[in-house]
Amino acid sequence: MAKKAKSLSKKRLHKMYRDMLRIRRFEEKADELFMAGMIKGAVHVSIGQEACSVGVCSVLNREDAILTTHRGHGHSIAKGTRLNEMMAELLGRSTGLCRAKGGSMHIADVSMGHYGAHSIVGANMPMAAGMGLAYQLEGKGQVVVVFFGDGASNQGSFHESMNLCAIWKLPVVFFCENNGYAVSFGVNRSTAVEDISTRAQGYDAPGVTIDGMDVVAVHEATREAVEFARKGGGPSLIEAKTYRFFGHSRGDPHFGPYRTEQEVSKWKKRDPLLLAEKLLKMTTAEKDAHQKMVVEEMAMAAEFAQNSPEATLESALEDVYA
Amino acid sequence: MREINFVDALNEALHEEMEIDKKVICLGEDVELAYVFGVTKGLKDKFGAGRVRDTPISELGFVGAAVGAAMAGYRPVVEIMFMDFIMLAMDPLVNQAAKLRYMLGGQLSIPMVVRTPGGGGVQYGPTHSQVLEAWFMQVPGLKVACPSDPADGKGLLKAAIRDENPVFFCEHKMLYKTRGPVPEGEHVVPFGQAAIKREGSDITLIGIGYQVKNCLHAAEALAAEGISAEVADPRTVAPLDTATLADSVRKTNRCVVVEEGHLRSGVGAEISAAIQEEAFDYLDAPIGRVAALNAPIPFEPALEDFVLPNADNVVAAAKKTLGVTA
Repeated sequence: MAKKAKSLSKKRLHKMYRDMLRIRRFEEKADELFMAGMIKGAVHVSIGQEACSVGVCSVLNREDAILTTHRGHGHSIAKGTRLNEMMAELLGRSTGLCRAKGGSMHIADVSMGHYGAHSIVGANMPMAAGMGLAYQLEGKGQVVVVFFGDGASNQGSFHESMNLCAIWKLPVVFFCENNGYAVSFGVNRSTAVEDISTRAQGYDAPGVTIDGMDVVAVHEATREAVEFARKGGGPSLIEAKTYRFFGHSRGDPHFGPYRTEQEVSKWKKRDPLLLAEKLLKMTTAEKDAHQKMVVEEMAMAAEFAQNSPEATLESALEDVYA
Repeated sequence: MREINFVDALNEALHEEMEIDKKVICLGEDVELAYVFGVTKGLKDKFGAGRVRDTPISELGFVGAAVGAAMAGYRPVVEIMFMDFIMLAMDPLVNQAAKLRYMLGGQLSIPMVVRTPGGGGVQYGPTHSQVLEAWFMQVPGLKVACPSDPADGKGLLKAAIRDENPVFFCEHKMLYKTRGPVPEGEHVVPFGQAAIKREGSDITLIGIGYQVKNCLHAAEALAAEGISAEVADPRTVAPLDTATLADSVRKTNRCVVVEEGHLRSGVGAEISAAIQEEAFDYLDAPIGRVAALNAPIPFEPALEDFVLPNADNVVAAAKKTLGVTA
């Protein structure tokens, strides 16, 4: 565990812990509702990767932007996305953030600086460059963080966007959550380099590999990259080594054909929640208090969603030119 | 009215819109020097390096960046040097730009223009000669403009830049040096309004983009044989003004659709279907279609001419529809 950062008060760390717990419980709830047949389609949970979402967003202001992926519930929650409306979107209700037209893979809450989950792998990175260009022209010091996985780092869009951001010194942080697998394809087989962060060298940008299970390490690395971006230094690449405890999607088995139970168990010993509890020397009473608040919040979100009206058929033809 | 060429008309639209709205920016390969076809000339000098930027050769990257800039409130106009290259950026244009407003439940819109020269006739061969409007008119959320003369070029580009939706703006290379009267200052041609480019009573020739020229040439040739052809120009294929096209056919009772893309699932197929739905009882003959032959566009001039449609093809198709033997 990284040393407790001076910039983080105990109170702030508790808030970060609670945000990680909110993500964990939200996704457990989403998984439960999916298994019960109440959520249709695909649900990709990020359980195990919460430190990345919270560590990054703990540095950002509301005016800063994030762009995320198909596995984006965590980033969404950490950026302040409205939970009730997010759960309603998962359930396909009219009150959903995207009016039931996006679903789990396309969550966005623009009012909170969340510019969308983009579920074509790698598609969000060129957009991040473009938002960075807009922010540079605006000159208000806003930054963009784009989340992506190890798989997306092999897309051309990653390389084209890194280059664009580097030549124009755009305020963009490329945050790679290397969870070891692109669906079933191991990063050791898909990717020529050991550390994806070394790819930053090809674009003359800072690149760093960090412990993605350690929320403080994520916060610190992001703080540096964001400061660099705000000062006009240009893009940075942060690679956070992390792990998803669940399967790829739709309630897939947690281990099986492409990874072993032992591997999953090994990573679970470094559960970001456990690490944060240790760091904070959290008492049972403190833990219970966090749990109680978060569980209530999730129950309310699920209740709001379930009590929301179904999407109307007319809405299927709205928000696109006729 | 003063006459200017198609390039200058488009250039004027860009200058005017960048002057009016500081959120309009231009991106693309070699746009700073307007090195290839000249449409962006003078913009960098006037509006600065912030708003007018050369991009590296990375279409996926910079079309995607245009989507991002639009998400953040800008109105990017992107140049794709040759229309064929848009295939490198299909994801940002079709998966992202066209769908984002919908996918996000109306939380934002994507006001961006991808303008790009297409078409054959200049011996650039199979990967630099295509017209692709038929592909893009299929995509919900995208608008597609195909101007056929300088005035429409200016007016449609100004409308495209002001539109809240992403626009695929087709510029035919063979039109760039053609001249015509163009209004100075504010001249906006609304999308979804077809124009009758020549009045006639015996047959309606519907042309797409540069093929309007071939229709006008064909109409001239037909006139010499006593056949009065009307030439209709949809100007935008998405949205498509089927009402004006059907009205023309109700008057003439016969129709040929002329496009430079390929026949199969082409713009002509869509227009023919729409006209028979709206004006079936007025048709005295099956609707004719003229399009490129079923091959890539070859390099060698005689082969290229053979594959591409021309005014003679239009005349022949019109006569067949009219039941006139050559």
